[in-house]
Amino acid sequence: MTDWPILTTVTFMPLVGVALLLLTQDDTAHGRRNILNVSLLTTIITFIVSLFIWIGFDNSNPGFQMVEKHDWLNSGIAYHVGVDGISMLFVILSTFLMPFCVLASWNTIEKQLKSYMIAFLILETMMIGVFVSLDIVLFYVFFEAGLIPMFIIIGVWGGKERVYASYKFFLYTLLGSVLMLLAIMAMYWQAGTTDITELLKFNFPAHMQTWLWLAFFASFAVKMPMWPVHTWLPDAHVQAPTAGSVILAGILLKLGGYGFLRFSLPMFPLASDFFAPMVFALSVIAIIYTSLVAMMQDDIKKLIAYSSVAHMGYVTMGIFAANVQGVQGSIFQMLSHGIVSGALFLCVGVIYDRTHTREISAYGGLVNNMPKYAVAFMVFTMANVGLPGTSGFIGEFLTLIGVFRANTWVALFAATGVILSAAYALWLYRRVIFGALEKESLKALLDLSTREKAILYPMVILTIFFGVYPAPVFDATAASVDLLLNNYSAALKAAQDVALSVQ
Amino acid sequence: MILYKAIVFLPLIGALIAGLGGRAIGAKASEYITTGLMMISAVLSWYVFIHVGFGAHEGEGVIKVEVLRWIQSGGIDVEWSLRVDTLTAVMFVVVNTVSSLVHLYSIGYMHHDPHRPRFFAYLSLFTFAMLMLITSDNLAQMFFGWEGVGLASYLLIGFWYKKPSANAAAMKAFIVNRVGDFGFILGISGVFVLFGSINFETIFAAAQNFLPAEGAENADVVLNLFGMHLDKADALTGVCLLLFMGAMGKSAQFLLHTWLPDAMEGPTPVSALIHAATMVTAGVFLVARMSPLFELSPDALTVVTIIGAITAFFAATVGLVQNDIKRVIAYSTCSQLGYMFVALGVGAYGAAIFHLFTHAFFKALLFLGAGSVIHAVSDEQDMRHMGGLRAHIPITFWMMFVGTIALTGVGIPGTLIGTAGFFSKDAIIESSFASHGPASGFAFWMLVIAALFTSFYSWRLVFMTFFGRPRASADVMHHVHESPAVMLVPLYLLAGGAILAGFLFHDYFFGHDYSHFWKNALFTLPENEILEEYHHVPLWVKWSPFFAMAIGFVTAWYMYIKSPETPRTLARQHHVLYNFLLNKWYFDEIYDFLFVRTAKRLGTFLWKKGDIEVIDGYGPNGVAARVVDVTNRVVRLQTGYLYHYAFAMLLGIAALVTWMMLGSSF
Repeated sequence: MTDWPILTTVTFMPLVGVALLLLTQDDTAHGRRNILNVSLLTTIITFIVSLFIWIGFDNSNPGFQMVEKHDWLNSGIAYHVGVDGISMLFVILSTFLMPFCVLASWNTIEKQLKSYMIAFLILETMMIGVFVSLDIVLFYVFFEAGLIPMFIIIGVWGGKERVYASYKFFLYTLLGSVLMLLAIMAMYWQAGTTDITELLKFNFPAHMQTWLWLAFFASFAVKMPMWPVHTWLPDAHVQAPTAGSVILAGILLKLGGYGFLRFSLPMFPLASDFFAPMVFALSVIAIIYTSLVAMMQDDIKKLIAYSSVAHMGYVTMGIFAANVQGVQGSIFQMLSHGIVSGALFLCVGVIYDRTHTREISAYGGLVNNMPKYAVAFMVFTMANVGLPGTSGFIGEFLTLIGVFRANTWVALFAATGVILSAAYALWLYRRVIFGALEKESLKALLDLSTREKAILYPMVILTIFFGVYPAPVFDATAASVDLLLNNYSAALKAAQDVALSVQ
Repeated sequence: MILYKAIVFLPLIGALIAGLGGRAIGAKASEYITTGLMMISAVLSWYVFIHVGFGAHEGEGVIKVEVLRWIQSGGIDVEWSLRVDTLTAVMFVVVNTVSSLVHLYSIGYMHHDPHRPRFFAYLSLFTFAMLMLITSDNLAQMFFGWEGVGLASYLLIGFWYKKPSANAAAMKAFIVNRVGDFGFILGISGVFVLFGSINFETIFAAAQNFLPAEGAENADVVLNLFGMHLDKADALTGVCLLLFMGAMGKSAQFLLHTWLPDAMEGPTPVSALIHAATMVTAGVFLVARMSPLFELSPDALTVVTIIGAITAFFAATVGLVQNDIKRVIAYSTCSQLGYMFVALGVGAYGAAIFHLFTHAFFKALLFLGAGSVIHAVSDEQDMRHMGGLRAHIPITFWMMFVGTIALTGVGIPGTLIGTAGFFSKDAIIESSFASHGPASGFAFWMLVIAALFTSFYSWRLVFMTFFGRPRASADVMHHVHESPAVMLVPLYLLAGGAILAGFLFHDYFFGHDYSHFWKNALFTLPENEILEEYHHVPLWVKWSPFFAMAIGFVTAWYMYIKSPETPRTLARQHHVLYNFLLNKWYFDEIYDFLFVRTAKRLGTFLWKKGDIEVIDGYGPNGVAARVVDVTNRVVRLQTGYLYHYAFAMLLGIAALVTWMMLGSSF
């Protein structure tokens, strides 16, 4: 098993599916069937194979594992991949969500199904690639290339205002990417390598850290998204097809947080420490501001999108609290949010497929004829609220404790999210699910189909499982997080000592 | 070990069977399975109570059963585990007894409801969450139980989901509780920073280092809380107050009480179980459990006393004029919880838990009795449409009568003749007098006045419901019937508790056998001698609750039996005061204006102005507009002359080179 290049296999396995898809045709019912089956099988097999990464993963090793390295044209840039405790679970999350995306698109995509699935499979490769890359150029390529399929998915298979939404999405992310590219070039000039493992050991001079940190921040903050560069997200979510929203919320938002953990914190510790108050401020604003905005939305998807921004506020806050609880909480929060928000968008998809509207006011009383749906939606709503016993609680709880250790004011304001999230989530639930079934358009709706059960029930189980028994996640992340934080505090201390000796 | 696991997890099993398999096995089976499992749990609880509380179980008296790993992150090392000491054992008895009786009662009460499996699943789920709360060995698991009971409460208040008022009440309960949880979660964080752990054993062991009066070394800043640099004593106070905020939410204390009366939208058995006997006492339990911390912080205890006293008084005043039978009892609950907090605040933890224990019996009795009344008069809840029911439903009447004498604390001071409330409530009132705390005088008078009001509204309820001429329509009166045995048996058992619980247990909870019974479950400092001092209060103090009760009774009798016009005349003469009380001091209106509408307006403002106008307007949309401008100009630049292009290219190269040089000089 050790020799087998498992990371490369998992990363590029979806492309095999793409090759097969190219042989199919989507103009017949039979062809559609083939496309769906091929896509589903590809994603499921990829997921199963990716589980071997977790099985083979050595929890006690804080460094990179399953490393593969091949030089590329003697340019100094290498095809270099590997996973550590921080990245490994994101790979699993990506492969886990994909089969659900395929299932969610089963009947809803009417035009150009083939291209649609190809876009998704390419997207999967790109996302996994981002998490396993150990070369910064490779990382950048995956990071940016992932935008293109997403851009196309929104722009082609989106709703009425898809062009505006995809344009906005592109504009925001492009801005950040350009700055990050410049920073990567500067890092190369300075350190003479693009190898992430080398860069992690390299001490960038203090003044340079500031600029590099800012450049990376521009890119990651947009991806998170952090306030005030979050406005692309609601539009993108609203216009994207259900599966697009799932990937957007489930994986793409995590690229920002992952970036902070992989680059900002370990490579620019001084700047991270310097800018932490700013990140705290933006996170707290995000939590309060977007929660309030979420409350007033009349579009279900927009509401969930805004709540995602608020939840990502906990993540950024926890990362820059730079202590064990904060960082582990952030990682957990990202993983949990990947499942929960993905599931919430799938829930919206269920009713959108039936009624073709996302207006909250068009619903009401669904519990009467869709009790199973009501239960699943309740579980995810409660996870979104951060109820203990669901996975949503653990990340929120740990990040709050982490940030309380760093700065009690931040914790005070962030904790208001506990109240506000209950307000918007329960209000949504009440308006959609509870009440008498009075609207004619809703009376004929059927409860979950077998396909929908296959989508939602595993998510319900995981949401509760990781809420009750999160230990596997903490076991996998603990060593790497400790290493990260030890290096971080060592760097800060060294800088302090230098400053003292100069005086 | 399996015994404790059985007590806690049998209700969960019941909830899962009824919740997931309810459709398959049918309503009857769901009812019997959940109720049967609850009964087993209740019987085992009494066994544990006797074993732990009275058994020869010396030494530390804490049993710990580990179940599963939970959260491990640095210093946070939390497990799912069951911690059983006397405090837990008392709560076991309270929770499981009332819960099993409420399960049984509901078989009759919910007889016509089409969603019975769901109802019983929720009830059992609630019980499980409550048991997790009281057996927790750390603050995180307690928070799990805390929120779990909140969820169950939310689901049960909104059980009749077609009623908009029920949905609104359910949401309100959850959100107001979350305001308390906001403090609770910050309190947990604070505890972690101070003690490096959120496990009780570690906290309690380390709390001794926070003892004041050690001199100068204590003045070090240990916590920087919201801009305040706190030394050990103040840090402990701050943390205790944050935790207490959680308790205020769950136990519906003044300022965070608004959800409790509305929670009466739920089915009546739910009100008896959750909103009277068990869940709302979780705040009292929290403070008692954290007594090793609170006891070291006199300032926090003073706040607890004041809030408790205000709640006891405030809720009693509102209870005076309410017309909904359930709301009167709800305000009464709120008020009685205030008594418990006063007891905690003056350091009489045993008295607080004692009152919690007796209150569970008589308040559940009152609620279930009220349910029986409501059942009899075709779901009417307004007492103005009742009256004269005594002859029609005599058993219910006598049960309500027992509940009322227990609540008002009928008994003869100086003797051992009295109902449950007599022992526990008088112990609290006397303790508050005996205490040396700065707020104890205030608390004493508030509690005595509240006792008067309690007696008044309780008898008012009895008189309006059971005496006088029937005010219901002839049709309703025609259908009035006594409840079936399945509903009456729980009433008998609770009535037994309401009469005897005080007499039987007062020596153990708050008397001679205190230390033998509690062992180390409740922590008191050596200088806390309230247990001794409350026996030696002046005679008039001992008699004051008795007189308060008597005056309340006579006034109620005069106003509702002797001269029924008086209340109306009084209400007209003092209509401002009357409306003030009837509208519950206008708290709902004030909160709606201050918080609900402000939040909504702010949300809309931030969305329309902040996101759309400012961020999008100057951001992407603005950029897009500029791009259009620029391209228009670029079109004009395309002149076709070669040297124009060459010049532009040169500029570009110059810019690139400059940038590269700057870049490499970093």
